[in-house]
Amino acid sequence: MSAALRLFSAGPGVTVQDGGRHGFLRYGVTGAGPMDPLAHALANRALGNPAGAAAIEISLGGTELTVEGAPVTIALAGGEFQVTLDGQALPPAVVTRLEPGARLKVRAGSAGVWCYLAVAGGLRLPDVLGSRATHTRTGMGGLDGRMLQAGDILPVGMAAGEIATGRIVAPLLDRPTESIRVLLGPQDDYFAPDQIATFLAGPWTIGSRSDRMACFLEGPRLSHKLGFNIPSDGVAMGAIQVPGEGLPIVLMADRQSTGGYPKIATVIGVDLGRLAQARPGTCIGFRAVSHAEAVQARAEEQSFLSGAITIERLLRSLFSPEFLLGLNLVDGWVDARAPA
Amino acid sequence: MTLEGARPLFLDAGEAALVVEFGRIVDPAISDRVLALDAALAAAPPEGLRELVPTYRSLMIHYDPLRLDRAALIALVEERLAVPATLSRAAALWTLPCCYEAPHGEDLAEMAALMGLNAPEAAAIHASALYRVYMYGFSPGFTYLGGLPEAIAISRRSQPRPPHESKAVLVGGGLSAVASFSMPTGWYVVGRTPERLYAPERPSAFLFEPGDSLRFEPIDPATFTALEARAEAGEIVARRQAA
Repeated sequence: MSAALRLFSAGPGVTVQDGGRHGFLRYGVTGAGPMDPLAHALANRALGNPAGAAAIEISLGGTELTVEGAPVTIALAGGEFQVTLDGQALPPAVVTRLEPGARLKVRAGSAGVWCYLAVAGGLRLPDVLGSRATHTRTGMGGLDGRMLQAGDILPVGMAAGEIATGRIVAPLLDRPTESIRVLLGPQDDYFAPDQIATFLAGPWTIGSRSDRMACFLEGPRLSHKLGFNIPSDGVAMGAIQVPGEGLPIVLMADRQSTGGYPKIATVIGVDLGRLAQARPGTCIGFRAVSHAEAVQARAEEQSFLSGAITIERLLRSLFSPEFLLGLNLVDGWVDARAPA
Repeated sequence: MTLEGARPLFLDAGEAALVVEFGRIVDPAISDRVLALDAALAAAPPEGLRELVPTYRSLMIHYDPLRLDRAALIALVEERLAVPATLSRAAALWTLPCCYEAPHGEDLAEMAALMGLNAPEAAAIHASALYRVYMYGFSPGFTYLGGLPEAIAISRRSQPRPPHESKAVLVGGGLSAVASFSMPTGWYVVGRTPERLYAPERPSAFLFEPGDSLRFEPIDPATFTALEARAEAGEIVARRQAA
């Protein structure tokens, strides 16, 4: 019998995402794909999957699931989420084996907005225009083009070979949010120099309306030198557009393919995930860098992802109180929450 | 078609996208230059080129900067601009059925009144024009059309109206458009086409290419219903001729 994931619960915003839908932007089709491309690729690479394989993008709403039919090895990477397997705590970035019936819970933790659950063997879902990325606004991709929900069953492909389990060692995932790097443009000339300076000085707060489509920023209002209506042109992920009322909006994975407001700057590729992981209310700043610096950062990330991912065995794993008590290792150890 | 004219601007949209901008207005001559470069690059794409997105006045080139150096990309674009390009694909003329009558042309009477016309007059003017497909955007298959006659060149609404049906034919902002998906809009819904501008299971998920011409053919509600059923079954009910 082949394996499948069965979801007991999924908060709002949990979707299937692969590396994105490419080649159809010219027809108005958004790329979708992961909000944090580094974490998504890392979870896949830790299993030996292609970096862009389909995985579950878990939102702050969290999820709880099990596997049916056969054991499956999964990897998690992303924000500092709380992960438990049959009640036993696991690190937030981890490769672990799920036995049929085991319950995996992933819930929002101390930091971060997105966590990726990749599966050895991959998720067996039909593709739409060459991709399994979900774009809910157009009902495209993933599972019936929608967010995942309780009761959903996701078939898993056959995995090849042995996969090491344990904590994923990835210092690159520790990314501060205070300084998001941008390249100015493509329409920075629509803003006077003092407005560019105001934009770079910030500080900006992530607004509560932020979602997969856009990250709304609160802070000083920017004014335009050359007006704010431009004939629509292409929109890259990370484009920071400034509409008439002056508060910038960073266009993210589910953005429209073209847009009609001046774009003062664009977040560099490797900092997209860093921005996506900043929760509403977080204070952020922007720093302008050169094209060469952005490419250098991309090369370093690429080199990390294409190398062997270090998996550290969980020698001293975070055991449950019940398990430690059962071992009787700690004399007089009392769990205040348990009845005496 | 040649690419002669002023040197375009090269603008970075992050380190993985380059905007080649030929102008800042909606103009067929600028669009011709955008589409000629689009065709020239698509005919022999360099290693590392990912996607080309033609818009009214610029071409956005998505690329992998680790495989295609920015300076080399700009040099290549300048080289392709220097030689007269022949479009790899002749522009087509499309005839798209459109029902302007109730219940489909929801905002036609409102738009007509604002322009000092009655509904049949406004529909006749809309159907009389030859449009140019400038670009896609907004949602899959959402087609922006230039060539709207002055008499019905209405500006957009100040507030969006509630979601319209899918496959709506729109006017607003001096342009016309065909929307594939249901959504709220600041445009006026003047009609509805039975054709599907986005059909992922069909061999051609999208019908038009930027640069194609298009005219609307008025149909009555009964014809709309019949054509819609055929379109839903996978048939293409718009007609294509080589222009």
